[in-house]
Amino acid sequence: MVKDQEYLRNKASYCLDLAKKLGATSASVSVGHSISESVSFRNKVLDESNRSDNLGVSITTYIDKKKSSISSSNLLDENIKTLIEKCIETTKITPEDEFNGLPDKNLLANKIKDLDLYDESHIENDKKIEYLKELETATSDNDKIVNTESGFTENKSNFILASSDGFCEGYKTSSFTASCVAVAKDDKSMERDYDYTSKCFLSDIKSSSHLAKETREKTIKKLSPKKIGSEKINIIFDKRIASSLLSAFAGAISGSAIARGTSFLKDKLGEQVFSQNINIIDQPDILKGLGSRPFDSEGVKTETLKLVEKGQLKSYLVDTYNGKKLNLKSNGRCGGTSNLFFENGELSFDELLKSNSKMIYVTETIGHGTNLVTGDYSVGAAGFLIENGEFKYPINEFTIAGNFKEMFNNLTLANDLEFQFSTNSPTAMVEGMVVAGK
Amino acid sequence: MSNFFEKTDLTRKDAENIISETLNKCDDGELYLEDSKSENILLDDNKIKSSSYSSDLGFGFRAISGEIVAYSHSNEISKDSLNQSSKNLQSTLKSSKGTYNHEIPKTNKNFYNDINPIEEKDLNSKLEVLNKVNNYLRSKDSNVKQVTSSFSGEQKSIEIIRLGGQSITDVRPLVRFNVSVMLEKNGRKETGVYGIGGRQSYDSYLDNENWKNVCDEAYRIASVNLESKPAPAGEMKVVLGPGWPAILIHEAIGHGLEGDFNRKKTSAFHDLMGQRVASEGVTIVDDGTIDKRRGSLTIDDEGTPTERTVLIENGILKNFMQDRLNARLMKTKSTGNGRRESYKHVVLPRMRNTMMLSGKNTQDEMISSVDKGIFAVSFGGGQVDITSGKFVFNCTEAYEIIDGKIGSPIKGATLIGDGPSILKEVSMVGNDMMLDPGIGTCGKAGQGVPVGVAQPSILIDKMTVGGTKL
Repeated sequence: MVKDQEYLRNKASYCLDLAKKLGATSASVSVGHSISESVSFRNKVLDESNRSDNLGVSITTYIDKKKSSISSSNLLDENIKTLIEKCIETTKITPEDEFNGLPDKNLLANKIKDLDLYDESHIENDKKIEYLKELETATSDNDKIVNTESGFTENKSNFILASSDGFCEGYKTSSFTASCVAVAKDDKSMERDYDYTSKCFLSDIKSSSHLAKETREKTIKKLSPKKIGSEKINIIFDKRIASSLLSAFAGAISGSAIARGTSFLKDKLGEQVFSQNINIIDQPDILKGLGSRPFDSEGVKTETLKLVEKGQLKSYLVDTYNGKKLNLKSNGRCGGTSNLFFENGELSFDELLKSNSKMIYVTETIGHGTNLVTGDYSVGAAGFLIENGEFKYPINEFTIAGNFKEMFNNLTLANDLEFQFSTNSPTAMVEGMVVAGK
Repeated sequence: MSNFFEKTDLTRKDAENIISETLNKCDDGELYLEDSKSENILLDDNKIKSSSYSSDLGFGFRAISGEIVAYSHSNEISKDSLNQSSKNLQSTLKSSKGTYNHEIPKTNKNFYNDINPIEEKDLNSKLEVLNKVNNYLRSKDSNVKQVTSSFSGEQKSIEIIRLGGQSITDVRPLVRFNVSVMLEKNGRKETGVYGIGGRQSYDSYLDNENWKNVCDEAYRIASVNLESKPAPAGEMKVVLGPGWPAILIHEAIGHGLEGDFNRKKTSAFHDLMGQRVASEGVTIVDDGTIDKRRGSLTIDDEGTPTERTVLIENGILKNFMQDRLNARLMKTKSTGNGRRESYKHVVLPRMRNTMMLSGKNTQDEMISSVDKGIFAVSFGGGQVDITSGKFVFNCTEAYEIIDGKIGSPIKGATLIGDGPSILKEVSMVGNDMMLDPGIGTCGKAGQGVPVGVAQPSILIDKMTVGGTKL
């Protein structure tokens, strides 16, 4: 069982009291505990079991505008005392930073809404094994599938966040995740693909047969890929890749990137950065949402933000420190976005596929070719050639490149948004990207 | 050396008894104890942004029977906690009947000193260097608009206790110094990053103004990129510079030669042992025994002494990299490549310092032989798909080559290629092998471990460059 709130609160107040006694003018502490149990399978037999028990504390102490922090997994009072002493000593000699400090008290969350993030259900390893057996048996139901690997993880966490300003809140969360990876082979090639499902509630995860079908079909579809030539062409991003456009956007509007001047979206507030019909929402209060949270990692209450409205940038992601630097109030985004999504576009998936006679449909990208300073984007990719709205054949070993500034302006969205993860996008098309191939 | 049994109700004798009870019918397994201390000091935007210290303590208990691995870890070292883990392992391996493999070779060698880099220098002297770095770079050029610099240091103390009470220990220091600088000129922004590190103390950075070289290099890369043009797109010849670009070898070839992917037959190399996988003249080793290198280890995380493993000799595939589990199942010996990020992670076969050895050609010969291509001097991140063999890299410093001469710098080029075939496209191997500066971290299955790479300049006859200029 994860430690209860009382245990975590006691540890937190022990830390805060001690920090103040030793000379901190203010302090914040978070104490968390999580237990996760997972089972993994390979080729229909048990491969691994893993139990993980993690207890941890992190403390930040301030002496006026000086700051330092420590973290530890050893929660014995004696060890915590030694670490806080060390932290205070370090704080004393760390130079002042005028922007350091706890969040504005008026912004702290006071009424904590229950967002339904914890499911009491416990699934025993034997039951997980049953699910994985069914999953792999169904995934392997084709001669071309030569290897399967799958896993099932249950995680339960509890935490408390407390500060010397009197904030002291926390809550339990749970997650259940099942995943499957398959390798398919024919005489020309060997390909791998995957699918997974992750939810707060056990009853909400995809069935093993559903997951198996997705994994099997995706993998086999990739066999015998061809290479393509280099050209300028429209790219369609499959949903699971399209969400990476949102992640890059979120990175570029983070308070720290803006304050440091290392973002291509600096000074763009109020300006048109996407094509006119694009709206981007970050909504923290979706019930059972994987990214939901009533307050951010500083205790500041979170509210829904319309980050982009009709293509115009309306808001950065602001925490306390960078907010002070930028002369903005924290909007409860310390630690990043919550449930981030593009609102649906107007075209159906089929209409999007038919919007041009020849396009490239990308199902995966590899590499870290995202430069948020310049907006340059260049990654390796694999996917399918689309002609007249139809999937012609799989393609790989090519790159797609562009610059986010133009890509965002040339973006068209389908109307097939689903809430599967914490960041979600409908299928997306970007016009005029450069593909490099053979 | 940490005494893990000092402040707990668990005695060494208790631990040995629980290990014996849990592992006696298993093929392998151990209790792994870890005590790590780490610090990170960051200067950013003209200020010391953070100074943090972390201490982590915990155990990982592993039992293996056949191909099945049961693992349980906790950061509470106590009798209760270890018994709970034991129960968890036994429930997974209910019907196991293995024969415990006691064989672990011994070593007297040591590839680094038993030091704690964090405590060796006081905080003030580290803060002083970071401030000097900031002032030095900002006074160098008014185009410098952002400077980020950091120190991180770590000491990791581990003990492995095996069935029968055998105890193996290691104390590993690791430091890293990093500088990132952003220049802005005529509305254009470009970044340059450089760093150094190894299993040693901070001394060499703090004492002899070595930090200035790191600043100069980061500044040079950013300046080059300010002048860069869009990269070409398409298939062409590529010259890789010596040192850090060997990360391409690590991704494209190295991962495919790790034991687990080959035992499971998911690597494109699994049925190529003894066959030609690279051009003649290409020899690649994975070496854990180089003094004070980032990827070096006296023993791996299963207690096996590390070695210099020849992977490819003159183009022929000779060995895979093995941990104990995969070695046993593939009927060979561990090569000392069993590694884990921490006690929270299971052991996997991982690289140490992966190096392509020197050949006969000069870099000038390579460049002058290319009509149209690119010269890649440094890379950012890379990634590989083990199964299809496809890999990518992002150049952080590269130039075009036209008619045998180095031309303008190019920006943001991605290289994409096919792991199993790329080494067959190597037509020249340089005589200038160089080690990387000590900055690599390799990610696999969610675990990051420090690694090193090395190579001479090489000429690759055919690779796809993913630029924007058609």
